[in-house]
Amino acid sequence: MNTAWAQASEIAAAVREGRTSASAVVRAALAHIAADDPVLNAFTAVLGERALGRARALDNARLEGRELGPLAGVPLAVKNLFDIAGLPTLAGSKINRECAPAPRDATLVARLEAAGAVLVGALNMGEYAYDFTGENVHYGPSRNPHDVQRMTGGSSGGSGAAVAGGLVPVALGSDTNGSIRVPSSLCGIFGLKPTYGRLSRAGTFPFVASLDHVGPLARSVTDLALAYDAMQGHDSEDPVCANRPVEPVAQLIERGSEGLRIAIAGGYFRDVAFADAQTALTRVAAALGATAEIELPEAKRARAAAYVITAAEGGALHLARLRERADDFDPAVRDRLIAGAMIPAAHVVKAQKFRRWYREQVLALFAKVDAVLAPATPCTAPLIGQKTFVLDGVELAVRANLGIYTQPISFIGLPVVAVPVPLQPLPIAVQIIAPPWREDVGLRIAYALEEAGVVAAPRPAPARGKAGA
Amino acid sequence: MTRRPKSARKSKASRAVLAKAARAKGRRAHRELRARNPLDDLVDAAARALDLKLEPAWKAAVKTNLEITLRLAGLFADFPLPDDAEPAPIFWA
Repeated sequence: MNTAWAQASEIAAAVREGRTSASAVVRAALAHIAADDPVLNAFTAVLGERALGRARALDNARLEGRELGPLAGVPLAVKNLFDIAGLPTLAGSKINRECAPAPRDATLVARLEAAGAVLVGALNMGEYAYDFTGENVHYGPSRNPHDVQRMTGGSSGGSGAAVAGGLVPVALGSDTNGSIRVPSSLCGIFGLKPTYGRLSRAGTFPFVASLDHVGPLARSVTDLALAYDAMQGHDSEDPVCANRPVEPVAQLIERGSEGLRIAIAGGYFRDVAFADAQTALTRVAAALGATAEIELPEAKRARAAAYVITAAEGGALHLARLRERADDFDPAVRDRLIAGAMIPAAHVVKAQKFRRWYREQVLALFAKVDAVLAPATPCTAPLIGQKTFVLDGVELAVRANLGIYTQPISFIGLPVVAVPVPLQPLPIAVQIIAPPWREDVGLRIAYALEEAGVVAAPRPAPARGKAGA
Repeated sequence: MTRRPKSARKSKASRAVLAKAARAKGRRAHRELRARNPLDDLVDAAARALDLKLEPAWKAAVKTNLEITLRLAGLFADFPLPDDAEPAPIFWA
């Protein structure tokens, strides 16, 4: 079985049934990483010995007749802000190299491995997650497998590159303002940002406590659902992890979108977007028969408030490091964090008050609809190093504006599935936004679109040999 | 009382010229102060208050970032909310 581009669900089935071994799958993944990662720059650490040991243990367990989990033998990689036992948790920084090695794996890594997944490495990311580009001054940019001269998007840039480039079928990322959804869009893969508080962040390096989410990226909806199910459940190690029962979705997604009321986000979400973003949205809406437009009230103000809270909390989090190690930051991140530390408190408090007001307005909309569609990014992947783009005659900063559509949604913690529309030459995603705790709704719609062939993770040519670095 | 040497004494006319020059200098300084973006003062003062080393080469970028952030804050700063509106610092979906 050629497992290099296989889905996680296919790999797990083959390993459980003995059609291949976990060891063979992991060896193939490690070979693929060795061949393509020098160009894609997705990984900051490859854990060959650990992964092969884990795979052998799975193969032995099968030989002993023990039942293997739903992710048996599935290679997994995680953004390097997740703790991995024995490694310092870099969070994309130079400074954290000096941190003590993590004593144990993050909760979600442990849960995925308990379900049979095999961790093969840690992934590149924007420094301290304050990034939408996937660029990193210390470790180099992660590169988009569809065009290695282009951005992956960030901050989970390595996660986007690793999954889209076929190095692993599933990766974990974090999403504070769009850091799962933006790379999903630019790299053409599926991403799930669950409801705030759904998945444990224990053992992850924080950025903005009141906005930080974690979640999976994959090349199919089924794989997203399998990984998501394996990670659910309360965790007392994360104070905001909700004490809710596990609500598995993998068995629900085949219900599709029938009976669901789906609307398109209007106003702010229609105002600023390149033609590709509008084309993708139109295709998805047409496939779902969604014609009604609904306005998320004051979305522009919501994005501004998310921006202010992010800057202020980020600046506060890193204040001591900014005093002592300012020269060791990426200058672009440092200058934003310093500015964030200087924001008058009145603005931050008002942003938090506005947040509750906005949440109530948006939640009221879900009495009328079950899901809302919106673009994920205003454009397809910009070139690495590109600082601005021009839209409707206005020059906009790439770094700040890649997240204009994702920020107003994560601001109030709503679950979102980013689904990739395989436009040529570059893919772009659409957000499926659901009410709190209804990840199943988003995934059902995503599955229906995937079955209809409207959304898919396009397979790029192998990265090896391309001029990247 | 010892008289200063004649050479050290200034004529009434030269004193007037000097005073005029001083006033002009003061006005110039005042104009420069007014022309200076108040954010420069905020950045300098906040850096001192927070004990942050701010290299001169970084200052323009920090100021630009703060300017953007404050402009965005302006979008919601005057949004009418009641006094008893609760903030959502730990957000529950």
